[in-house]
Amino acid sequence: MVYPQTLTDKERLLKAIQMRRDIVEMVHAAGSGHPGGSLSSVEILVTLYNEYLKHDSANPKWEERDRMVFCKCHITPAIYSILARVGYFDPATLNTFRKLGSELQGHPCRFYPKGLEMSGGSLGQNLSIAHGIALGLKAQGKPNRVYGLSSEGDLQEGNSWEAIMAAAHYRLDNLIVFVDYNKLQIDGHCESVMGVAPLDKKFESFNWHVVMVEDGHDFKQIRDAIDKALTLKDRPTAIIANTIKGKGISFMENQAGWHGKVPNKEEYELAIKELDAQEEAINKQYS
Amino acid sequence: MAEREMLLTRQGWADALLELGETNPNVVVLDADLAKSTLTCLFKDKFPNKFFDMGIAEQNMINTAGGLSLTGLIPFVSTYGVFVSGRAWEQIRTSICYGELNVKLGGAHGGISVGPDGATHQALEEIAIMRVLPKMTLLVPSDYYETKKAVLAAAKINGPVYIRFGREKVPVITNADTPFEVGKAITMKEGKDVTIVACGVMVAEALDAAEELAKEGINAEVINLHTIKPIDRDALINSVKKTGCLVTAEEHQLAGGMGSAVLEVIAQEYPVPTEMVGIKDTFGESGEPRQLMEKYGITSKEILEKSRQALKRKL
Repeated sequence: MVYPQTLTDKERLLKAIQMRRDIVEMVHAAGSGHPGGSLSSVEILVTLYNEYLKHDSANPKWEERDRMVFCKCHITPAIYSILARVGYFDPATLNTFRKLGSELQGHPCRFYPKGLEMSGGSLGQNLSIAHGIALGLKAQGKPNRVYGLSSEGDLQEGNSWEAIMAAAHYRLDNLIVFVDYNKLQIDGHCESVMGVAPLDKKFESFNWHVVMVEDGHDFKQIRDAIDKALTLKDRPTAIIANTIKGKGISFMENQAGWHGKVPNKEEYELAIKELDAQEEAINKQYS
Repeated sequence: MAEREMLLTRQGWADALLELGETNPNVVVLDADLAKSTLTCLFKDKFPNKFFDMGIAEQNMINTAGGLSLTGLIPFVSTYGVFVSGRAWEQIRTSICYGELNVKLGGAHGGISVGPDGATHQALEEIAIMRVLPKMTLLVPSDYYETKKAVLAAAKINGPVYIRFGREKVPVITNADTPFEVGKAITMKEGKDVTIVACGVMVAEALDAAEELAKEGINAEVINLHTIKPIDRDALINSVKKTGCLVTAEEHQLAGGMGSAVLEVIAQEYPVPTEMVGIKDTFGESGEPRQLMEKYGITSKEILEKSRQALKRKL
């Protein structure tokens, strides 16, 4: 299928529920994985892959495609879910996640599944990859855009700031980087582990445009931010989206402990029950 | 000993890049504020739109090259060996090698012959830390012509390649017509008594040692192992089967280096008495290149002594 397409409000909400189901089910079935940061990125990914990125799930290497580079690559449950749901592979294989012989590696390898641009898992590296792709496309006079998905953890790495410095130096206005700013990392709140605030001022002082998203789970706010970023010239743009780690599952929300924790049977059933209720509410609201 | 022309290996690197700039539209070059030293400034002057200054930020330079390669370009990355292989090792591991990205790494200033800059700038570990990486091709050419050929060959390989070269002028021991094939060692001199395997500047030292050995009636075989990975198993095994003993010589730490790579083959396939010449678990220091090679025991003199010892152990 060729994207971007336009979704209705109801479709957006239901796609987010579907992704959250996939995330919870994958992590539960695998017995390992990273639910917290996957759940915080859902609305950003639903928006990008459906409504903004130019791509074709039947033609993954399409020359004219925009490039999506994941900098926070531990969120493979979210990455594989969105790729499957936009048609790159059969969602039935999502339950092989992290198993021996599966294409769905714990952290992504760029060769599979289809639709991935780059391997990753070592934070700090892929902002440089995104920078290189944006630089290469621009040097060849190509109009494709490059999107990145970073996080406060990714921005604790020095390599990230080298890339941020270089992208401004080369005036890469074909590069838009989302920060999924959920403020929690493995060992706790990022401001207690290693403070990154104020992120907006840091990006601005590195000569980037900055667009803030107050609620990174509000589709309209996300769309408005991208629309604005697409008008900005001469510099790369950071879209800093305030998000909630574990969003959508009440007992996971804002809990650092759910960074890499697996729901047990009870927790899994409770999470699915919550998602069922959310889905029912959406269907009722739009009926 | 034979008088030989002296040329810079980094000039071979730079001249090959200039040639690629003319012949391959996809080749681009990146440097980390050392273009005047690695001589990529020559490429920059001629092809300013294909050259990217990355500043003193090697980690970003490596992965930027990775990103460039994902747009179809063939990036050649240049800086000192310590920085390219060491500072950005994990970038090379996880992005470039695991991703099998088409990135070429030029490690200048390899070895203790870097001289007065001292230990911080004398790369003595790159062979060990690059050859351990899956998907990596590792080339250590011996002179100007071989470096040039190695760079041109690297452009034809689809995947990561590391090329190690030095700072100083080194003896020219090949010529423009000497065949060069990645993965195929060159027998510089045939012999039957002892096999000397060397890479980089140590090939010339090995040839000098072989000349001295000949005066003692010892016929040494000298193998130029310009490709450390993939290693030419057949050339090594066939040579030691013939000679029955082995000396390895490298301008690099003994631990994990070229000699270790050779022994991983020989110890399993055809063990023979072996002696090794290289840096013995120590850092270098400031000094003139030749003084340092002598002080740290990596000249033809040590190869000569080790050859005699290997021969004795054979008897």
